[in-house]
Amino acid sequence: MKKERMENAPLLKVEDLSVSFHMYDKGLEQYDLKVISNLSLDVKPGEIVAIAGSSGSGKSLLAHAVVGILPENARLTGSITYKGEILDQKKKEAFRGTRIALVPQSIAYLDPLMKVGKQVTGGDRGKEAEISKKEIFKRFHLDEKIEKYYPFQLSGGMARRVLVSTAVISDASLIIADEPTPGLDLEMALEALKVFRELADEGKAVVLITHDIDLAFHIADRIAVFYAGTTVEMAKAEDFLEGAGKLRHPYSKALWQALPQNGFRPIPGFQPYARYLPKGCLFSPRCPHKTKECENDIPMSEIRGGYVRCIHAT
Amino acid sequence: MKNKYYLKLTGKYLLRMVTLLIAVSIISFLLVSMSPVDPVQQYVGAVPNVSMEQRAKIAEYWGLNDPPVERFFAWGRSVLQGDFGVSLIYRRPVLDIIKEKFVTSLALMAAAWLFSGIIGFTVGCVMGAFHGKGPDKVLKKVCLIMCSIPTFWIGIVFLMVFSVKLGWFPMGMSVPKGVPTDQVTILQRIHHLILPALTLSFLSFANVALHTREKLVDVLESEYVMFAKARGESKWSILKRHGLRNIMLPAVTMQFGSFSELFGGSVLAENVFSYPGLGAAASAAGMGSDVPLLLGITLFSALFVFVGNMLANIIYGVVDPQIREGYRNE
Repeated sequence: MKKERMENAPLLKVEDLSVSFHMYDKGLEQYDLKVISNLSLDVKPGEIVAIAGSSGSGKSLLAHAVVGILPENARLTGSITYKGEILDQKKKEAFRGTRIALVPQSIAYLDPLMKVGKQVTGGDRGKEAEISKKEIFKRFHLDEKIEKYYPFQLSGGMARRVLVSTAVISDASLIIADEPTPGLDLEMALEALKVFRELADEGKAVVLITHDIDLAFHIADRIAVFYAGTTVEMAKAEDFLEGAGKLRHPYSKALWQALPQNGFRPIPGFQPYARYLPKGCLFSPRCPHKTKECENDIPMSEIRGGYVRCIHAT
Repeated sequence: MKNKYYLKLTGKYLLRMVTLLIAVSIISFLLVSMSPVDPVQQYVGAVPNVSMEQRAKIAEYWGLNDPPVERFFAWGRSVLQGDFGVSLIYRRPVLDIIKEKFVTSLALMAAAWLFSGIIGFTVGCVMGAFHGKGPDKVLKKVCLIMCSIPTFWIGIVFLMVFSVKLGWFPMGMSVPKGVPTDQVTILQRIHHLILPALTLSFLSFANVALHTREKLVDVLESEYVMFAKARGESKWSILKRHGLRNIMLPAVTMQFGSFSELFGGSVLAENVFSYPGLGAAASAAGMGSDVPLLLGITLFSALFVFVGNMLANIIYGVVDPQIREGYRNE
């Protein structure tokens, strides 16, 4: 299914991205809630990068940061570049919907009172959109009469395909899919993911945010593991297929071992809340290899062809 | 299939209406017969020297000595035949009075209703679009103040300011004094209508605005608006495509659900402005112990409020396909 791709420049590159929300505490006290810290990620054309990580690890926020739909109290530092061009809010607004497309999580992202067909074409688009809509509906095996349906009338599988078609119609070269498979059975989930593989094979860059990590291992080219709002490891999907021994970060190993088919062994503790982040390595409170040095800032380093944010990794 | 559905729907509403009217007539008849109102006294009121025997004869003739249930059925029978009796204070058939007064009131209520709906919705949209910013803060305060002002009070203030001090509008009535009815121009009627209509619209204007604002804020923070933004839709396009339709439901609920408040408000507004409509007639009937007119107006107002709620229900279905689906599955 996957082909070896030539090494080329990344389409999207996220470097040292931090996102914090300005919050009000009791009374007039204010504080900053750092939900993403020093996150890095890159995707090349023709490639699927899957983002794995538990809820609250900042996966969706990253997607929202790239298209510029974070709430107003959010502050961004670090850089997001598209084809080497720095994406500021203005660029994001110009690029979203045309060069960058988001495939949202659920049917809640469709207007409940608007017919599906009209929503797939989107606003302010002309006749061409109508024609390509017909083609896309055919491609995703969506019946023409579905155009006249309202979102609440769609079944789970139809809804997924409709949401994907909103991204395909835009002809964007970067597609960010936020949890495209929840609630689908294995067959449907595979079918949904296959669509992204096809899109990547057509030369688009795909960022796949997912909870179904074992499926992602099979379909993606590279996997980024998120923990508490940062990237702890970024490695080839093959490494994840081979086993914990091939992985670099203790959290990725733990994640791998927690999968049902790999022993179903969870580790104690929980992901820290953004307001009470530990010093240095964010995983250190749960890490068996923790030392004094882990309280310093931990940089991303290259080990065995992958990147890892751990000083003890070998 | 479709015809059958509409037939069923119509039947359902008719059934509801009939049961409502029966219930309202039983309750209001019961209340009136338990009240200390003496229709004979009211009838002979102005005429001096009516002896006790004569009074007893009138009571006998009217059947006032019969048991209440029997009287109710006697009244109900004639109501069914379209005979609501004769008003004691106007000395004319109740139905004629209701018709005549309602036409006058309708102009007032419709003007107030349209005014509060259009302005309320627009102000609500502006507040929602500028959520948390200057215009929103100012308008919200204005709306909250307006919500807490009683109708009759604002009516009196309007009279004092615009009629007495500034002299822009007449003091009351629906037509100028000393002008034959057929010579009253439409402009004169409108001139007389403006202040009472404004007063009456104060009742629901702020409510509609505040509800619309809340809903628009919700919609603008919703996931589908976020997604529309992510697809590159402009703020104006989002408001137009996703905003309007989604925020219409609360406004429709408020507007059509406010028929009862509109009617209640018209009693106050018409009294303050001596406007000869149904509201003024209702309070006159109450004050003057005019039982037939009071019962007639009560039934009519129940019908009026019912129609308002029914229209709201129908419009829900038109606006929201999910509700429409729900109706079909009922």
